[in-house]
This record gives sequence, structure tokens and C-alpha cells, in this order.
Amino acid sequence: MMSGYISIRNLQKFYGHYHALRGIDLEIARGEVVCVVGPSGSGKSTLIRCINRLEDFSADSAIHVDGVPVLPGANLAKVRAEVGMVFQSFNLFPHLTVRQNIMLAPRRVRGTTKAAAAAQADQLLARVGLATQAEKYPSGLSGGQQQRVAIARALAMEPQVLLFDEPTSALDPEMVGEVLDVMRDLAQTGVTMVVVTHEMGFARQVADRVIFMDGGEVIESAPPAEFFSAPRETRTRNFLHAVLDH
Amino acid sequence: MDLFETFLNFEVLARSFPMLLKGLWLTLKLGAASILAGLVLGLALCMMRLYSVRPVQILTRIYIDVFRSIPLLVLLIIVYYALPFVGVRLSPFASAMTALTMVSGAYTAEIFRSGIEAIPKGQFEAAAALGLGHRQTMVDVILPQSIRMVIPPLTNNSINVVKDTALASVVAMPDLLKQATQAQALAANPSPLIGAAAIYLAFLLPLVLLVSRLERRLNRGKA
Repeated sequence: MMSGYISIRNLQKFYGHYHALRGIDLEIARGEVVCVVGPSGSGKSTLIRCINRLEDFSADSAIHVDGVPVLPGANLAKVRAEVGMVFQSFNLFPHLTVRQNIMLAPRRVRGTTKAAAAAQADQLLARVGLATQAEKYPSGLSGGQQQRVAIARALAMEPQVLLFDEPTSALDPEMVGEVLDVMRDLAQTGVTMVVVTHEMGFARQVADRVIFMDGGEVIESAPPAEFFSAPRETRTRNFLHAVLDH
Repeated sequence: MDLFETFLNFEVLARSFPMLLKGLWLTLKLGAASILAGLVLGLALCMMRLYSVRPVQILTRIYIDVFRSIPLLVLLIIVYYALPFVGVRLSPFASAMTALTMVSGAYTAEIFRSGIEAIPKGQFEAAAALGLGHRQTMVDVILPQSIRMVIPPLTNNSINVVKDTALASVVAMPDLLKQATQAQALAANPSPLIGAAAIYLAFLLPLVLLVSRLERRLNRGKA
């Protein structure tokens, strides 16, 4: 019945009368790295925000993560604890230090001891190249550094799935690389990743599969080699032409 | 009789000073108790206004709007003089504290609401995405940020509560103003009133200045 680790069936989403997602079916395997690309307003951010139900969706739609239905109620916090998310605007907690940002969820949700959470935070900060910044507040960091802290914060919950919602779109160009490097390393670890992005180079090199969305529908889904060199759909070709050849 | 002898008669002031101090103590007790109770009530009202089921939200909103509109003196008179007719007889202190708390709670709820609504949506989403529950999100993420923002308006509200304690003198509570008017009657001289005014100023003026400083500091942080 369900084949994917993340299974999305007939996903419908309305904003009032506006039909934002028009019946999306998508199966994502465990450990797969999927990049979602498409023009603004195509519904790609809405799609991944439905996976941890930051966006509500129609009752006749179904999303399962590791077999658990993503429904409001007591189970939702459990699903969310397994599904990490990195936002375009970082959304770090400004009143907490970098280390405290990372420690908060393991302490409160997993009941990790303070010492263990602090040790884990420092380990994760080293992993994203920010070992010396633990005592700083987010406002003291550059955008690229803040986004790497946000990634470390998501990793602290040891999630099975990581969702990235345009993680480099709010960054100055010179800081995009440092964030993509961290994501590239993550893709090697076997965590399932769904990445909404405009970085075609990243999608080409890192993704197992690229999905093109337009008008609230999945138009094309293919491995990057095929997706970028021989797209089947006209709309995909037009999009790639517009973003790559300029 | 010249102006000084009438309004700043030190002999009268010195004689009435113990009375004024007794009144001051009661004023401060009433003010502190009402401010604290108002904070608790305000936070509870704010949570009901924002996060409860629809009918409770509407009732809370009505409460807040009514108690921000009703003059405190009217409310105080209702609590002290009208409630006994339905069998609720409160002491002057309890009446004054009830009225002050009910009004302060309504204002405080609105202050807290503005503080919470000023927090960007992304903070709620980040907390939710990490698996934090609603209570944890409020306690660990939202309220600590809101509280910084609402300290100046909360201090303003506290100043108002302390000033409004003077209304309790109409229900025969021997607060600072009541003691002053009694001392004035005894001495047939208004100097105790000037003394009371000076005492109110000595306590509240520093708070007013503190609010201005806090507001300047918060605005600096924004720039």
C-alpha cells in the first residue's frame, strides 16, 4: 500500500478559493535526497510545509511519515520531532545563545540532560564549522552562520527527515556556499532530505531526484542527469531555459 | 495667614507625618497586591483570548472591553456598596483590590496580547517544527521575548494602579489620601495633602523616568 518512507497521496491545499496544491502524489524513499524546483508560487514551499503540517491540508489528502499519519493531535508533535525543518529566514530564537538554541528541543522534547544536550550542541556546532560561536546570540552572527546554526538545531533532534525551505534564498551570495557545503555533507549521512531550492547546481550534484512543480502540480520527477539534460515536459524545458541560460 | 503657612505648614506636616506613613504603607500594600493579581489575571485572560475555543474567546473579549471602559470609581462603588445586597460583603481593602485587579487584568491582557502578536510567525513555526508543544512554545520561546517588549507598558499600567489606589479612600479605606484628608480635617490646614502629593511623587516619578529609559533602550535595540 505505502511504498515510500514519506508517502503523499492526493495532497490538496486551498487558501480560501485559491487552489494551491492540486492533488499531489509523491513517494520518497528512506535516505533519498529530493530537490523540489519550480517558479515562485508553484506550491513547492507549501508542499514541504504540509509534510510536518505547518500548513493544514484537505481532509481527503493523506501524508504518512514512516507509516505514521500526519494528523493534528497528540501524534503530531511526535512526527515533528522526527522531521527537522530549516527555514528561509532561519527563525533562530533571538533571546537564546547559539548553544541554547540547539539544546532547547532535546531538553524539552526528549528529556535529555543539560550536560548531554550541551555536549551534543558543541559537537553539532563543530560539525557545521561554528565551534567558537556557542556563547553568541544569533544577532551577532552573519546570515550564513545563522543558517548553519539552524541546521545544527534541527539535527539535535536526530531527525529521520530534514526539510529545507529555500535555505539559501535569504542569504548574501557570498554566504550561499558555506550553507550548501553543510547540506552536501548531510546528504552523505543517509538522512532523508527534501530541499526546496533555486540552486540548480546543488540539485544537479547532490539530489537523487529532482521534482519540478508548477501551478500546484508535480510536472516532472527524474534523476538529475536526466532532468537537466533531457527534460520530457515543455514546462520543465521552459523553466530550465529561463533559470540556466542567462 | 500666608501661602506657606497654609499649604506648607511644617508643624502640621510633622504632626501628620505618622498618619501619612501609615496610609502610605496601606497604599503600597494595596498597589502591590493589585498589580500582582492583575498580572496573573491578565496573563490568563490573554491566553483565553488568543488560544481557547471560540465562545470563551468572545466572552474574554467582552470582559476585557467592558472593564477597560468602566470608570474604576464606579466599579469600586458597585463592589463595595452594591455587592452586599447579593450577600457578598467585602472589606474596604478586599473591595479596592478586587476592583483594581479586575481593571488592571483587562489592561494587562491587552498588553500581553500585543507582546505576543509582535513575535514573528516564524518563531512559532520553528518551535512547532522542533516538536515543542503549545505550553513549551509559550514558556520557552514566545513569552521570554514578549516580556521584554511589554515591560514598559506594564510599568505604565502599574503606575496607574498605584495612582488609582487613591480612589479606595471613598470606601473608607485609610490609604495615603484618606489619611491626608483626615489629617487635614484635624488640623484645619491642607498641608497634609501637599505632603501626600509629595509622597506619591517620590514613589511614582522614578518609575515614570524608568519607563522612558526602558523605552529608549528597547528602541535602540530595534535600530
